Amino acid sequence: MSLDPITLSVIQAGLQQVCDEMDLSFSRAAFSPVIAEANDRSDGIYDAVDGALIAQGAGGLPVFVGTMQQSTRTLIRMIADGAAAAPQPGDVYIVNDPYLGGTHLMDVRFARPFYRGDRLYCWLSNTGHWPDTGGAVPGGFSASATSVEQEGLRLPPVRLFKQGRMDRELYAVICSNIRVADQRIGDVQAQAAALEVGAERLGALMDRYGDDTVTGAIAELRTRAAQQMRACIALIPEGRFAATAWIDSDGVVDEPLAIRLAVTRDGDALTFDFTGSAAPCAGPMNSVRATTLSSVYLAMRHIFPQVPISAGAFEPLHVTGIENTFLDARYPRPVSGCAAEVSQRIAEAVFAALVQALPDRVTAAPAGTSGNFALGGHDPARGRDFVMYQLSGGGYGGNADHDGLTNGCSTIGISKAPPVEIMEQAFPVLYHRYALREGSGGAGRHRGGFGLDYEVELRRGHARASFVMDHGRFGPQGVLGGSDGAPNRVTVLRGGVAHVPAHLSKEQDIPLAPGDRVHVQTPGGGGYGDPLTRNPAAVARDVALERYTADDAAALFGVVLRGVPPEADAEATAALRARLRTRD
Amino acid sequence: MTRTPSGLVVGVDVGGTFTDLVQLDQASGRVRIAKVPSTPANQAFGVIDALNAAEVDLPALDLIVHGTTTTTNAVLERKLDRTGLITTRGFRDVLELGRRTRPQPYGMTGTFTPVIPRDLRLEVPERMDAAGAIVIPLDEDAVLAAGRRLLEAGCVSVVVHFLHAYANPQHERRAGALLRTVWPNDHITLGHALLSESREFERGVTAAVNASVQPLLARYVRRLSGELSRGGYRGQMLVMTGNGGMVSADRVADEAAKTVMSGPASGVMAAAHIGRRTGVPDLISYDMGGTSTDVALIRGAQPQVSNEIELEYAMPIHVPMVDVRSVGAGGGSIARVTEAGLLQVGPDSAGAVPGPICYGRGGTEPTISDANLMLGRLDAGRFAGGDGAAVAPAFARLGAALGLDAAGAAEAVLRMANTTMAGAIRMVSLSLGADPRDFALFAFGGAGPLHACELARELGIPRVLIPGRPGITNAIGCVVADLRHDFVNTVNTPVAALAPGRLAQVFATQAERGHRLIDAETVGIRARRVLHSVDMQFVGQTHLLRVDLDRPDIAPEALQELFEQVYWRRFRVRLPEIRASVVNANTSVIGTRAEPDLSALIDPAGRRADVASARTATRPVRFGTDWCDAAVYWRDHLPLRAAIPGPAVVEQMDTTVLIPPGDRATGDADGNLLIAIGGAP
Repeated sequence: MSLDPITLSVIQAGLQQVCDEMDLSFSRAAFSPVIAEANDRSDGIYDAVDGALIAQGAGGLPVFVGTMQQSTRTLIRMIADGAAAAPQPGDVYIVNDPYLGGTHLMDVRFARPFYRGDRLYCWLSNTGHWPDTGGAVPGGFSASATSVEQEGLRLPPVRLFKQGRMDRELYAVICSNIRVADQRIGDVQAQAAALEVGAERLGALMDRYGDDTVTGAIAELRTRAAQQMRACIALIPEGRFAATAWIDSDGVVDEPLAIRLAVTRDGDALTFDFTGSAAPCAGPMNSVRATTLSSVYLAMRHIFPQVPISAGAFEPLHVTGIENTFLDARYPRPVSGCAAEVSQRIAEAVFAALVQALPDRVTAAPAGTSGNFALGGHDPARGRDFVMYQLSGGGYGGNADHDGLTNGCSTIGISKAPPVEIMEQAFPVLYHRYALREGSGGAGRHRGGFGLDYEVELRRGHARASFVMDHGRFGPQGVLGGSDGAPNRVTVLRGGVAHVPAHLSKEQDIPLAPGDRVHVQTPGGGGYGDPLTRNPAAVARDVALERYTADDAAALFGVVLRGVPPEADAEATAALRARLRTRD
Repeated sequence: MTRTPSGLVVGVDVGGTFTDLVQLDQASGRVRIAKVPSTPANQAFGVIDALNAAEVDLPALDLIVHGTTTTTNAVLERKLDRTGLITTRGFRDVLELGRRTRPQPYGMTGTFTPVIPRDLRLEVPERMDAAGAIVIPLDEDAVLAAGRRLLEAGCVSVVVHFLHAYANPQHERRAGALLRTVWPNDHITLGHALLSESREFERGVTAAVNASVQPLLARYVRRLSGELSRGGYRGQMLVMTGNGGMVSADRVADEAAKTVMSGPASGVMAAAHIGRRTGVPDLISYDMGGTSTDVALIRGAQPQVSNEIELEYAMPIHVPMVDVRSVGAGGGSIARVTEAGLLQVGPDSAGAVPGPICYGRGGTEPTISDANLMLGRLDAGRFAGGDGAAVAPAFARLGAALGLDAAGAAEAVLRMANTTMAGAIRMVSLSLGADPRDFALFAFGGAGPLHACELARELGIPRVLIPGRPGITNAIGCVVADLRHDFVNTVNTPVAALAPGRLAQVFATQAERGHRLIDAETVGIRARRVLHSVDMQFVGQTHLLRVDLDRPDIAPEALQELFEQVYWRRFRVRLPEIRASVVNANTSVIGTRAEPDLSALIDPAGRRADVASARTATRPVRFGTDWCDAAVYWRDHLPLRAAIPGPAVVEQMDTTVLIPPGDRATGDADGNLLIAIGGAP
C-alpha cells in the first residue's frame, strides 16, 4: 500500500516516542548508577523476521547503535534452529554472550516478543550495563584476561521471564555468580518493566493507526532512511580514503594493534574495508563483529546526526575485511575492551578517513578512551571492602568552525563524571588536583580541546589499582596539518617512587598503601588544520589563560607574544611563521 | 510615614520581546493592561514605558511586583561583570571541566564558555575532607593576596568556593571575613551560603552565577527604584524569583542567582492560581511563544519545584525553582523536507528576526505561524506589516516535494508540529511521574491557544483552560504570586535507621526559618501555608522520588509504605526485598497574599448580551482535509459563561483561540474559557 508522507512522519515520530519512553522508564527505575546516571543502556524495536532495527531511543548510549539488531537477528536464528526456546507471549529472554551479537559481558540484553493477536509482530529489546557479571575483577574490566571465562558469567539467550513470571531458579544461578547481587533485582525489574511499557505504547500506536498502516510505514521508513543515508553519502566525493588508527597494546602482549581502514565511495554506497588490521589478540582488546559494525554506524551518526537510527540507514554502509582480525574475535577471545576502547578507535579511523572527504563536517580525533581507573580495596574506618571507578573524558578534536571541547565524554558514551566530593564521601581517597591538562590540546588552526589532569591519594587501608585505558602510546590524531593531542599518561606514586605501567595506560592490580597516589593525565584532542594559520589573538588568549606557555605559542603556533596580558607581535609572528614554514 | 493603602497593585514582566503590565484595583476590581516593546539594554525603560502606557498613577500605587530577565540574559550572553573566584588549591578548573559531557549525544563538536575565565580563578592552600575535617588549614595571607590580585585585575565581585564547604563552611566563612577587609563592596558570594549540598561543579556554578549577576542586578534595581521614586512612587517593590515567590527589591541581589530562571516561573504561578480559582487544580501549563515552548506540571494548584535545573548546556543553577522545561518549537519553527522526503518541523527557527513569512520582515521559509495563517486559523488582516499572500507560494513549494497542494502542506506542517510537541509534552509529564490524561492543559503565550485543543486531543487530555489574557499571563503571575521560601536539608538515612522524631525536628527548624523570613517582609499576607516533602530512593539507587507528606510527624513504617505506593504508581515495580532511604527533607513556607480579583481581566463593560452579538465574522478554516465555516468572535465582547461549539475562532488583542469541530468552549465567571475536547464532560 502507498502511504502519504505525513502519515509516515507521524508514525515515525510515534515509533520514536515508544522507544524514548522505554529509555526513560528504564533509567528512572534502574538501580545501577551506570544505567540510572550514566544512561549506559538502550531500547529499541526490531523486525520479527530478520531482527532489523525499526526504531531506537534517542537517549541510548551511542555504542549500542545497531548492536541489538545483531543480537535479535541471532536470537531469531537460534529459535528457528531449536538452539533457543520458542517464544510465548510474556516471555523475556536474557543474553549477554558477546559472540552472539553483543559487546562486553556487562552489557546484558533483554528481548521480548511482541504479539498482535497470536502472531509474533516484532521484538522489543533493551541493553543495560550491569555493574558486575562476575569474573576475575569487580566490574569486569580486566586488563589482562586471556579468555572470556575470566571476564564473567556468559549467558546464551534463555528465558528469564516465562509468560510474565520470572524464573526464580535461573535468577538464583545468575545471582550466585555476580557481585553485589542483592541490588540486581531492581535493575532486572526496571529492564523488564521498560519492555512492558514499550509493548503497551506500541500496542496503542497500532490500535490508533491500524496494523496495515503501521506495517506499511515501517517498510517505507526503512527505504526512506536508506535514501537519506545515500543522500548524505552523495556529499562525499567518489574515491578511496585511507587511514590507520592504533590501539597501544592488548594488555597482555605489549605490541600496538593497527586498525587499517579504507573507505570507498562507490555510487551511493560506502564500503569500510578493514583488511590488513591486526590479528585477534591475546588480551581483552578484541572487538566482536556486532560492536565493530555498531562503531562504524555510530561514527557515521556523529558525522550525520540527522539520519534516524534504523536498519535502513545502515543498508548503504558495507563493512568488509574484518574476518581473522581483532575486530571480529571469536570464542574464547577476551573482549572486555571492545565497547569502551576498541570501538572508539574504530570511530577514530572512520573520522580520520572521512575528514579528508568532508573537511567541513568531520573533526580531528577526540581523546578516544574511556579512561577506566578502578581501585578496589579495604576501608578499615568503615570495616568494609570497596570498589571505586573513575572514568574520565579528554579533549575533543578541533573542527572547521571551532576548537575542540575540553574534557568531553567518550565518543561512544554520553555520561557525566562523578563529582570529586561524591567520590571522597564514598571512598577512602583524597584528590589533590582535578584540573585542565595544560598544553595537551593538539596544535592546529583550530586546536584540540584539553584533557584532564587528576591526582588521587589512598588515605587508609590498602587497595589495588587497575587501568584499562588507551592512547598512551599514540596521541589522538591531528588532521589536515594539525598536530596530535597529548597521549594519555598514568603514573603511580608508591612510597614516593614513580611507576609507569608497562603497557603505559593498562595494568592490573598494582598494590597501594596509604599515602600512595595515582596521577592520570588524559589525552588532548587532535588539532585541525595548520597551526601556523591559527589566529594569533586566539593563541595569545590561550597563553593568558595559562593553557599553553609563551614558549608553546612560539614553537607550536609560530606566535611571538609581548607584554602582560600577552598580545601577539604581528611583525615578529609573521617572520617566525615564515621561518617555520621554510624549515618544513 | 504611613499612607492609606489604595489597593492598587501592578505586576510587570519583562520578556524577550515585550514588557507586559497589569494593574489591579483591589477596591473596584478594575484592571488596566499594557504591552510595550522591551528595552534589552536597560529593561527599566520598558518598565517605565509600560507604566506610562497604562497611565498608572505612581503616587497612588501600593505595590509593584516585577519579573525581570536581566540576569537570565546576562548569563546566556555572558555579559557579566568582571568576577573572580578563589578556590581550593588544585581545583580552579572545576567550573570549566564540568561533568565531562558534550552538548548533544551525536556530533563531536560543541563549545563551552565558563562563567569565570581561567585567569580570574585563583587557588589558595586549604582543604576539608568529606567529613568536614580540616586536612590543610586555610592560608589566610594567600586569601588576602588573591583578593588584592582580583581587584587589580578589575573584578567587582568575588566568589569563594571551597571543596566540601557544605560539610564544614568554616574556611569559606573565614575567607569571606578576610575579604571584607579589602573588598570595596558587598559583592562577596560564599559557595555554601546559597546551596549547601555536595557536588562541587553544580554548587560552584550556582555561586559563580550569583556573584557574576549580583552587581548587575543591584544596579538595575537601584536604577529602577530611582526612576520610580522620581515618578512619585512611595510603595514597595518586590522581584519575582525562580521558585515562583518574590523577594523585596532591596534584598534580591543577595541571592541574585534565584532570579535567573524567574521569567517562566511567573506564568506557571498564574496558571496555578487561575486553575485553583476555577476548580481545575491539576494542570499542564503550555506556553507557546514565537521561538520556544515552555511546559510545566501543576498538581493540586502547586507547581512542581526542582533544585536541579540547567539554564543551558553545563550551566546548572541548583536552587529550588519551578520546574519549567523548554520543548523547543515555537510559532517561528521552520518546516522543511529532509533528504528522505519526509516533512520535518524545527528545530531551526526563524526567530523574531526575520520571523515567519507573514510578519513581512524578510522571512522566506514557511513556519508554524505561516501554516496557521494559510489555513485560516489566524486572520490575515492582523498582520498589518506582513503579507498573507506571500505565504501560499512557500507552502506550494514545500508541498511539491510531498505531493501536496499548498493548503495540504500547511495542514501537514501543523500535524507534524502538534505530533512533535505532544510527544515532548508527554515526555516531560512522564519524567515527572504524571500521566497527561489526568491533567487539563492550560494554554497561554501568543501561540498556545491556537494549538491547545489539537494537542490535548493528541495527548488524551480531556480539557483545555484558556485564561482571559493569555498574552500577559506572566505579568498576572507577578500580581498573584505569594511570598515563598524553600528549604532543603540532606538527611541521607535509611528509613529503618531513622530516629523517631528526627524528620519532625528537621521540618520544624525549616518551618521556623521560613516564618522568620516572612515576618521580616512588610507586604501584607492573608495566610501561611507550610508544605513538607521528602526525596526518597531505594537503598542503592541514585534517582530520587519526591513524596509529599500531609503532616510532619510521619512514622518510619508509614513512610516506607507511602514510598512503595508512589514507586508503584510511577514505575509499576514492587521491590519489597529492598529498603527505602530518605535523602532530603524539604519544607516550603508560603505567605499567601490577598486574593486578587481577576474577573475584570477582560473589561466587563465590553461584554455583549449574548454570544451571537460577539460574533464578528465567519471565515473558512481548515481542519484535517476539510474546510469548514468557522464562526469568529471577539473575546472582549463575549458574555460571561458563553457557550461556543467548535468550529470557532475567538480573537483578542493578545492571541487567537482555536476551537476545532467537536470541541466545546464554555466561559466561567472570571472570563476564562474551558474547552471540553470531543465528548469530554
